[in-house]
Amino acid sequence: MLSELKSKLLAESCEEYLCQLFDRIEKSSLNAFTTLAKESALKEAKLFDKNPGRGLLAGVPIAIKECISTKGIETNCSSRILRGYIPPYDAHVIERLKAEGAIIMGKTNMDEFAMGTSTETSCFGPTKNPWDHTRVPGGSSGGSAAVVAGGIAPCSLGSDTGGSVRCPASFCGIVGLKPTYGLVSRYGLVAYANSLEQIGPLTHTVEDTALLMEVISGHDERDSTSATGTRRSYLPGLQDGVAGLKIGIPKEYFGEGVDSDVEKAVWAAIHTLESLGASWQEISLPHTRYALAAYYVIAMSEASSNLARFDGLRYGSRQGEDKDWHTTFSEIRAKGFGPEVKRRIMLGTYALSAGYYGRYYLKALQVRTLIKEDFQRAFKEVDLLASPTMPIPAFKIGERINDPLSLYMADVFTVPINLAGVPAISVPCGFAERLPVGLQLMGPHFGEGAVLRAAQAFEAATPFHEAKPEVV
Amino acid sequence: MENVIIGLEIHVQLNRLQSKMFCGCSTAYHDSPPNSHTCPVCLGLPGSLPVINRKAVEYGIKVGLALNCKIEEETLFYRKNYYYPDLPKGFQISQYDYPLATQGHIMILGDDGAERNIRINRAHMEEDPGRLVHAGTIDKAKYTMVDYNRCGMPLLEVVTEPDLSSPKEARVFLDKLKSILDYLDVFDGSQEGSMRIDANISLKGGDRSEVKNITGFKGVEKALSYEITRQKNMQRRNIKVVQETRHFDELRNITVSIRSKVGAHDYRYFPECDLAVMRIAPWVPTIRAALPELPDVKRERFVKQYGLADDHAKSLTSEIKLANFYEAVATQAAPKLAAVWIADVLKGELNYRDLAIDCFREEHMAEIVQMLEKGKISEDGAVQIIRELLDKKSGSPGEIVLALGLGRAEDDAVQKAVREAVAESAAAVADYRAGSERALNFIVGVVMKKTRGKADAGEVHRLVKAEVEKV
Repeated sequence: MLSELKSKLLAESCEEYLCQLFDRIEKSSLNAFTTLAKESALKEAKLFDKNPGRGLLAGVPIAIKECISTKGIETNCSSRILRGYIPPYDAHVIERLKAEGAIIMGKTNMDEFAMGTSTETSCFGPTKNPWDHTRVPGGSSGGSAAVVAGGIAPCSLGSDTGGSVRCPASFCGIVGLKPTYGLVSRYGLVAYANSLEQIGPLTHTVEDTALLMEVISGHDERDSTSATGTRRSYLPGLQDGVAGLKIGIPKEYFGEGVDSDVEKAVWAAIHTLESLGASWQEISLPHTRYALAAYYVIAMSEASSNLARFDGLRYGSRQGEDKDWHTTFSEIRAKGFGPEVKRRIMLGTYALSAGYYGRYYLKALQVRTLIKEDFQRAFKEVDLLASPTMPIPAFKIGERINDPLSLYMADVFTVPINLAGVPAISVPCGFAERLPVGLQLMGPHFGEGAVLRAAQAFEAATPFHEAKPEVV
Repeated sequence: MENVIIGLEIHVQLNRLQSKMFCGCSTAYHDSPPNSHTCPVCLGLPGSLPVINRKAVEYGIKVGLALNCKIEEETLFYRKNYYYPDLPKGFQISQYDYPLATQGHIMILGDDGAERNIRINRAHMEEDPGRLVHAGTIDKAKYTMVDYNRCGMPLLEVVTEPDLSSPKEARVFLDKLKSILDYLDVFDGSQEGSMRIDANISLKGGDRSEVKNITGFKGVEKALSYEITRQKNMQRRNIKVVQETRHFDELRNITVSIRSKVGAHDYRYFPECDLAVMRIAPWVPTIRAALPELPDVKRERFVKQYGLADDHAKSLTSEIKLANFYEAVATQAAPKLAAVWIADVLKGELNYRDLAIDCFREEHMAEIVQMLEKGKISEDGAVQIIRELLDKKSGSPGEIVLALGLGRAEDDAVQKAVREAVAESAAAVADYRAGSERALNFIVGVVMKKTRGKADAGEVHRLVKAEVEKV
């Protein structure tokens, strides 16, 4: 827990703690960190030991996903094309973290440009799941989840475009939140699908997530989609419990395709919440079956445009001889992007092309509206929704990477949330053959308060968050 | 011209704005080192996000209203996707559906002398790309450099319907548009590349060609004239004109093909989700109320209020500063006389020296017109004063009159000199009577000598002639 860590840092030495972490990182075989900011982090730790400061995260080390811009620290999205790019500016969330005294440890591995569910598409190779090194940690924020679960960072930030925080949180047995679209500034988050994604915390406990949200959320005028209005607070009321809370169980999120152990663990969790005073009822999100198709059309279309800037001209890797600009751009992109990224750029380009735009992109936007309306209708009846985060536990490294469709299918319960823009958390709720299972709790727009409160009540009543993997 | 169909797309840099379209970088980059006016946003660095410059949208609406356009309830931005080294994001933020302004029109004087209504299809906002700088000429350059200072400059693209029917009309339209932009104080035409024009042209029944990126109104006229000749020649030889994009080669005054329709870009326009939909309808009443008097209205008023000839009124209202200058003078001196002297003389002297109207002081012009009105100086003297003021950039009209002795002699003094001169020049008078008109010039010369050149030569000639005939 970060509150305990904070007391420990004050009582003992931040530098010593950080040195221990870096020792463990160097011995770790998880392949979860990509770039370490050891020198600057230790310098910060020394400063903290001299003068601790009063920030909400004073002295707390944190790991950052590769796609979040960090001034002076390489930010490469785990892609060859961005190797060597050192941003001249900090993302909004990094500014916030630094302002509250947090110490940036380094950058964590991810699927290349966040395109994946397993962290296997990274140019640095796959990250291993701390619970079973033969398995994936989930993705795309696999590195950020593995460092927390594996005990080599106390907390981290990831980004969630279609489940990229919640999936690895679920696979690695930790807490991960995808905030309401607009709650956390995207300024400095390298875009994959900009209408869908949000930065979110990955932590051991719900309280830690609430604390990080306290720091990273809030309006930023540099992000035009950033929500305005009063600053929201998540720690007060966190312990208020679930008595009287109405939980909807979307029937489309259970049954076919869901691992039976996963389903069992999630139902047990629902009953736990019931025993804590919540009530549940089955509801329907009727357009769920169109979500995956709509999500991939929208995400790939946006990606095809967002990734157009990577041409090697201004930053990133530039190999080979210069020819005319067209050939040079093409060669740099052909060498720099991995196969999954190329697949998504090509599919997205196709979907936006004259003659196909209406059939794919516009159609997907229409489906998106229907899905949003599904959630709006549901939240008139219930306060929260509960489901499995992932239909399956962590799969083997290499098992699905050559079958993109089966990988895409794994996102079936996470992508509707991004389409609707609502918040959702994944909390550990049990095991399926020794592999963690995540419970997904979803709330209405800006309903993080209720989501975190229910997650906190569940966590307090269950031991799952205390379970640690044996092998590190 | 019969059978000629022309439509224009005009890219106007809203360079009176302080900051760029989507970031806070300054727009005053013209004399700065390359890439010094940039930030993560206009450089398109990974993770950076655009924020709409509301002032730019306000300027856009201003222009839309002045072009009699309908302003949309809501406006949104799109991404126009294409690769080019001057485009750091790989897309340009532009508008597509729901542009700022649609369905406008302005009146111009057509080739046949009648007023013509030119419809405006739309006016939309976008960001300017950077600029490529070639080492040497474009075809021989070993390498090319990119300057992103211009990147993100606010652009307004004005698109006309194909309502223009000759290169000259296109020119007249552009002059009118420039004048309106000048009145609205959104655009400084003196900056290099601040207005760039794409011209679409076809002959009735044929496919159109698009001549891209022409700078300068003369260039537009020349490019279009060349295109008409080219397309007519093709028709004559029964060769089909194909739809294509062409480039205007300013040095050779010809257009050359860049790409055919087959090679046309698919820009894959789609909404820019990083920017929210903007409800602009509520802005309109305030912006409309603050619109200045526009050239046409001002021209009519000048004709009515000051009794000016229409061509003088038109000339004086072509630029807002000139119009304001005239009005300031007209309140202090005879308005009609002031119009003639400003429109016909001062403007010419300024153009000759490539100077703007702010190089001349209103009170100086008023003083000159007053002196002319009272016959204190001759017309030649007035021209000399204007030139003196422009070239020396010091002194006042009164001082110059004294310094150069331009004060006109009193009439009775002139009359006296004439009588004396005629009396003293018997031989010349005899020559004149014998039929030599030129003999009068001798007498005029004597008069001028007597009056030390202060008399008006034309006037003296008339007086001498009258005196000689009287004797």
